[in-house]
Amino acid sequence: MELRDTPEEAAFRQEVREFIAANLPDGSAKRGARRFEDDDRAWSQKLGEAGYAGLTWPKEYGGSGAPYSHQAIYLEELARAEAPSHLGVIGLGMAGPTIIAWGTDEQKERYLSKILHAEEIWCQGFSEPDAGSDLAASRTRIEDQGDHFLVNGQKVWSSFAHIADFCILVGQGLPDAPKYKNLTYLIVDMHAPGVEVRPLVQITGHPEFNEIFFTDVKVPKENILGGVGDGWQVAMTTLLHERGTLGFALSATLDVAVRKLIALAKERKVTDAILLDRIAREWIELQALKYTNYRSLTALQKTGVPGPEGSASKLVWSENNQRLTKLALEILGSHAQLTNGESGGDGYWQYQQLRSRGNTIEAGTSEILRNIVAERVLGLPRSR
Amino acid sequence: MDFSFSSEQDDLRREARAFLEANPSPSMEQLAGLGWVGILKSDDFTFLDAAVIFEELGRALYHGPYLLNEVAGQPGDEVWSIEIDGYVPHLEKVARVLRPDMTAEQAQGETVAAVDDGLELGRVSRNGSEPAQGSWDDVRRRLLAGFALYQVGLGSKAIEMAIEYAGKREQFGKKIGTYQAISHSLVDGYVAIELSRSLAYWAAWCVAENDEQVDLAVASAKSQAGEAAVLACEKSIQAHGGIGFTWEHPLHRYYKRALWLEGALGYGRVHRAEIAQSLLAG
Repeated sequence: MELRDTPEEAAFRQEVREFIAANLPDGSAKRGARRFEDDDRAWSQKLGEAGYAGLTWPKEYGGSGAPYSHQAIYLEELARAEAPSHLGVIGLGMAGPTIIAWGTDEQKERYLSKILHAEEIWCQGFSEPDAGSDLAASRTRIEDQGDHFLVNGQKVWSSFAHIADFCILVGQGLPDAPKYKNLTYLIVDMHAPGVEVRPLVQITGHPEFNEIFFTDVKVPKENILGGVGDGWQVAMTTLLHERGTLGFALSATLDVAVRKLIALAKERKVTDAILLDRIAREWIELQALKYTNYRSLTALQKTGVPGPEGSASKLVWSENNQRLTKLALEILGSHAQLTNGESGGDGYWQYQQLRSRGNTIEAGTSEILRNIVAERVLGLPRSR
Repeated sequence: MDFSFSSEQDDLRREARAFLEANPSPSMEQLAGLGWVGILKSDDFTFLDAAVIFEELGRALYHGPYLLNEVAGQPGDEVWSIEIDGYVPHLEKVARVLRPDMTAEQAQGETVAAVDDGLELGRVSRNGSEPAQGSWDDVRRRLLAGFALYQVGLGSKAIEMAIEYAGKREQFGKKIGTYQAISHSLVDGYVAIELSRSLAYWAAWCVAENDEQVDLAVASAKSQAGEAAVLACEKSIQAHGGIGFTWEHPLHRYYKRALWLEGALGYGRVHRAEIAQSLLAG
């Protein structure tokens, strides 16, 4: 057991810090997670050129082939500087690894490098109005028309769709097949005729996510990942990657939130013993999440498989973030929802508190995650 | 970064678990025979080796002064206990008592209460105090980390008992573990213990390395593991239903020990108050 950086890790951390100091665009640190701006793309391209995008991707696909510890260090340092993350998070974390696992040589050649360099942005077309947690109940139709697939349907909750070039899309390829053998997984060009993106305004008032409508969209046959009816397995690869390395990103963002919370408490000169108790608890919970992720990281590096302790990270993070943001509003005092500068300053905490309600819904609801932990980690009998 | 135990420590864990399953209440002589007594005084071992044993003792709900004797860290072959918040655990099983003012007493006095059938508390009489070795700050750090590790082992075992039961017990024609009201509650108990495990291992490493964050780490670990072990026992009792509330089922012993440990050296809020003071200073 060694919880300090190795000399090699310390050198990498220093390198990332220097890169951020030299390249981070002015003002981007304070903007928070809203809609994405043009300078984020330039920043993402710099991250790609420096080799920080796809750090853990194999070298043969243009990645850096670095150990997972570097990914954790990179994310910690981005969070410390409050730097925007790479615009291509869906491409880097989900589409890319899925193409590496299931794609043809032609697909790997066509897509991977452009993901790394933020030349093409990806979005995810999984959730639908009537198929949220129950992905296999998708109503999006994927019809085989001989020389192409024809896609009709609606997707929701799609970050980045308004700027995306491609979408990883799951729909009904074999509507008569048994559930979980009925899906097909496609790469869809977001600029194709029949694709329409509409912003979806959330409870924050911001259109961070989108709806995507597909009307008679023709998709070339070579854009399938896996075969017709393999969509469920391919989608599981995507979700495994989504949750696999997510933990490090999440504890890094929680680290920022806890530091802001402590700064707020100092600024407001908090002396109330109950508030102090709750502030300390959030700091402890952050350490617990961080060190649990380190245990997962070590297991991942030693065995190639994440340890079971990691599966709960997202569940815990989401509930921590909800509690923490409400605590911040309580420290601001009554009328904390006002964002006119009188009670709460610039609206940062008001936005974060409302945004946090999405945390227990996105990337697997807390109910689905508890099912996963119950069945796959604790080995309890299946509930469905 | 390597947040895992060494292969030797993994072997020690396997050995400890097998031994304690066969001998849940070993004597100090038996533990000495395994080479565990005085492990913190040996140059061949660190606090991380002791940490493995402390956690396994919790799993087995070990009754005895081993942990206290180790963290007291006094020279010689006598067995020591430590006065904690005015009471001395296992007073009748030890020769000497270490007090928080770092004086040593002969273990004379009277047993006044029992937490459960394996843990009795006594009051030591002042009978010629002598100065003890070391500092209370160091003893207290080792105690907080040691208790946190014991609680993680105890809580893990309590949740495992519930998981096993929920996978067998049937009601309304189904195993009760298929009901999300049961399974999600056990997931919350499991998650609380796993988070505390990470804190307890971090605290153990900080004690072993005398890291600058040691005081924050042991306070975090003790406060979280204390509450998590109690939560795990309560979730387990509830999942067991009526049988979990009986004297014949072992769970109540785990629960009573967890409750005592939660309060020993201060409930969670005492440690959180220290942490808050440190975080908001400067």
